[in-house]
Amino acid sequence: MSDDPPKAPGLLATVLAPVKSTFEEVGMLGDLAFRSIVWGIRPPYRVPLLVAQMEFVGVQSIFLVGLVGLFTGMVFAVQTVYGFRRFGAENMVGGVVALTLSREMAPVLTAIMVSARAGSGMAAELGNMRSSEQIDALETMAVNPVQYLVVPRMIAGVVMVPVLALIFFLVGIGGAWAVGVWGLSLDPGIFADRIKTMLKPSDITQGLIKALVFGFAVTLIACRHGYFASGGAVGVGQATTKAVVWGVVGVFVLDYIITSMLTEI
Amino acid sequence: MLDAADAHVVVEGLVKIYGDRTILHGVDMIIGRAETLVVIGGSGAGKSTLVRHLIALERPTRGRIVIDGTDIASLNDVQLAKARRRFGMVFQKYALFDSMTVFDNVAFPLREQTKLSERDIREKAMTKLKELGVDHAATLTPAQISGGMAKRVGIARALVMEPELLIYDEPTSGLDPVTSRTVDSLIEEMRERFGVTSVVITHDMVSAFDIADRIAMLIKGRVVAQGSPAEVLAVDNADVQNFVRSSGVDVTRFEHRGTRKTAAELALRARERKSGRVE
Ligand SMILES: Nc1ncnc2c1ncn2[C@@H]1O[C@H](COP(=O)(O)OP(=O)(O)OP(=O)(O)O)[C@@H](O)[C@H]1O
Ligand SMILES: [Mg+2]
Repeated sequence: MSDDPPKAPGLLATVLAPVKSTFEEVGMLGDLAFRSIVWGIRPPYRVPLLVAQMEFVGVQSIFLVGLVGLFTGMVFAVQTVYGFRRFGAENMVGGVVALTLSREMAPVLTAIMVSARAGSGMAAELGNMRSSEQIDALETMAVNPVQYLVVPRMIAGVVMVPVLALIFFLVGIGGAWAVGVWGLSLDPGIFADRIKTMLKPSDITQGLIKALVFGFAVTLIACRHGYFASGGAVGVGQATTKAVVWGVVGVFVLDYIITSMLTEI
Repeated sequence: MLDAADAHVVVEGLVKIYGDRTILHGVDMIIGRAETLVVIGGSGAGKSTLVRHLIALERPTRGRIVIDGTDIASLNDVQLAKARRRFGMVFQKYALFDSMTVFDNVAFPLREQTKLSERDIREKAMTKLKELGVDHAATLTPAQISGGMAKRVGIARALVMEPELLIYDEPTSGLDPVTSRTVDSLIEEMRERFGVTSVVITHDMVSAFDIADRIAMLIKGRVVAQGSPAEVLAVDNADVQNFVRSSGVDVTRFEHRGTRKTAAELALRARERKSGRVE
């Protein structure tokens, strides 16, 4: 063929492009996080907006988080009994389930549920406000949009995800107990005793710290994608997808970082 | 002629580039205090982009915007917020808050920026809604009202603060002719009663000539004509002439409010003055 092949971008540039955009993304998130902390400290404190967001992120998620917690606890009971029965250690089941739920399952799955439910909603709402110039209108009326829109959402995330994770944990234990004791005829006394002996306060703390960080990350990512959305309805749709996808990825990355920092082996 | 020293707003060499597209190619503009400047020009000419710079919703790629002698790029967040209390804007796409009722939308700037009692706020907001003929919709949400009503609520929300500088992005588009004239007289009234400086973007040439002290015509990101309505009509530029002709306004019959001269007469006199044959 006589045609010259289309000029390919330099190999280095191609390889480095995702690295560059990752750094840009982190920079953007850092900038928004910084601005929301600065504007969160500065009065006025918009209590009604915060209450509305807590209701949206927290109260409206209780049923969903409880449901997922219940089934997660039930599944874990079955799986651990199955595994531990092989070497006759089924009296450990209560403790093992409690450890897994408190350190991993409750914060991670709660954050994922909140990202899917509240994070997508936030990204869609803020994205719509951006594309219909409502954010510009706020700014024109001398109201800082980060303070008005982002701060209440982030505080709600930071406060409500730990609360929801705790609910997840308690309901999960209940589910495991129900399946273990009623379904698989474990001894209820031993089940409870093993939870008491194996579960240390630090396990609960680690779970709550994770939940708090995840709550911050998931709402920050959702707000970032909504707040800076562009390109009309298509752009808002993409923002919503990105908010959930990167929110979930962020949870897993942070989970590893926090776990390796807080766990002494 | 206006000079930059006592102007309300001065735009100097404003260039705006999005990606690799240049939207504004060096716009210069002076807007006097208590004057109404009408910006006309084709779709996509950059009119909205231009006025968004005036209230710092966009950052200039090059050039500067000086309001009351201060370059607005030099203001920090808090100073800018303070300066914005003196600005108002009617957005092309209304930009009403859809989480609030019509009434709360209009009350919003009063609640945010003043210490008025809730009773005074109600009074003021309802008065503005009534003037625009949308008071019956006060309890509805923006999703429940028509486009023309939303436009009027947007105007009410901008007017209720009685700011010093009001920017209207197509305030009469989508309104019936009678309501359009009501909006024109409201713009006039704001100026007469409160000495408001107005920048009005419009495609409606009747209202352009009705309310303008001066007209600026923007084509493809460049100001091709700027001056009194008569001066603009007299500009010897094919684009300008074409635009006026296509607008359907009969310039030979149209009378300017202030001088009681038809636009055509004004144009003729402007042309004569220009060529030195002053009567
Ligand atoms: N945020 C943006 N990013 C990229 N391009 C933009 C952006 N905003 C506006 N533009 C482009 O700038 C040009 C001018 O847009 P603008 O909205 O200022 O036009 P306009 O004169 O107000 O038109 P109309 O009369 O239709 O409202 C358009 O071509 C538009 O595509
Ligand atoms: Mg426009």
